[in-house]
Amino acid sequence: MNRNKYYDPADLQDFPNITEDAPTQGNAFFDYYARALEAGALSEREKALIALTVAAVRHCPYCIDAYTTKCLSLGVTREEMMEAVHVGASMSAGDVLAHSTQIRKIIEQKEM
Amino acid sequence: MQRQHQLEHLARTPNAEQFHHKLASPIYARNVSILQLNVGKRCTLSCKHCHVEAGPERWEVMSEETFRACLEVQKRHSVPTLDITGGSPELNPNLEWFINQAAPLTQRIILRSNLQLLAQEDFRHLIDFFAERGVELVVSLPAYTQERTDKQRGQGSFETCVQVMRELNQLGYAQPGSGLALNLVHNPVGAYLPGSQTSLEQEYRRNLEHRWGVRFNRLFALTNSPVGRYLEFLIRSGNFEQYMDSLIQSFNPGAVEDLMCRDTLSVAWDGGLYDCDFNQMLDLPVDHQAPSHIRDFDLQALRRRRIAVGNHCFSCTAGAGSSCQGALETE
Repeated sequence: MNRNKYYDPADLQDFPNITEDAPTQGNAFFDYYARALEAGALSEREKALIALTVAAVRHCPYCIDAYTTKCLSLGVTREEMMEAVHVGASMSAGDVLAHSTQIRKIIEQKEM
Repeated sequence: MQRQHQLEHLARTPNAEQFHHKLASPIYARNVSILQLNVGKRCTLSCKHCHVEAGPERWEVMSEETFRACLEVQKRHSVPTLDITGGSPELNPNLEWFINQAAPLTQRIILRSNLQLLAQEDFRHLIDFFAERGVELVVSLPAYTQERTDKQRGQGSFETCVQVMRELNQLGYAQPGSGLALNLVHNPVGAYLPGSQTSLEQEYRRNLEHRWGVRFNRLFALTNSPVGRYLEFLIRSGNFEQYMDSLIQSFNPGAVEDLMCRDTLSVAWDGGLYDCDFNQMLDLPVDHQAPSHIRDFDLQALRRRRIAVGNHCFSCTAGAGSSCQGALETE
């Protein structure tokens, strides 16, 4: 682990060890995480694409690395991954623009 | 890439992790229930991930004399499964003769193929031949989509595969109750491990059965071993360290118990004996006093032999484990 570097890929190896400090919560999280990502009504593949989209929207380099690899390993094509990221990008743009209705409402209320 | 160079590179793993350090004790074979014959390195394709480094220019082909030595072993010991691989086994001129001779001497014959040759006029008769002899087919198909397969293997290769699979289905392959098995093999086309076999099988089935109308029995998801062309690719693309790290981090002690080398003996085109096809390509013969040529086959010594291991073995113990029959642990 490189102590002089943020977002070092090797940091991820330390991730399971976060349970050392708050074991109850940490273990509960990892259990929940595993359950949430396993195949259910949605396939493992569909969940990996959702996770990749969230990773890009949340700007998490660790998750982007992990879920791009996971998608590749499950046979997801690059076109499918890019389409999924566009869903995230358009939703992000949409949620910014949807807030403009608040701006418009306040303007309507306050302007003479 | 020279064998010695490959071994030297494989020794340089992240944090100097060595496979034999991970083992509680040396691995020993427990039987020889599968005789895997690599009948030649000649192949129609030169896949980038091929650990055999097979291709059309290769000249190494199993001779009739070596085949006869294998038949002698079968006559004496009736090894339950003969697993024929290559290269393209169809390119060996003695293949049909050998299968005819071997069929009464074994319970099961598996043949590994990319199906490309079976669409050609000179080889089409093999489709009926395999069905009549009850040969189980294991077909390598890197992806379930036309685009990705063609990108890896060349224009038209996916359609050829589908066309031959359709003919095999018509003869009973992958049809319930026929006893004719048609299994597929998936290898990742890149520097990553395969996803879950169950999940990949669902996707292959959804696409191949529903979209293309072809059936198969099971999908085997294989982890690429860092050997041959695949090792070269990892080094050239700067992925070697990360790939080895992924294999090492995914080491599953539970997979060691069921490693394929414990029940399989690999025979090279020249009759040399190895613990597996990967060891064969790295020129690591069976070790520890076991006979190393098919003409000296000694079941008692070979079924208790100590397995020769190296860092490439991490590919068989990662995650759910990997073997020529797919994942070692399935959901």
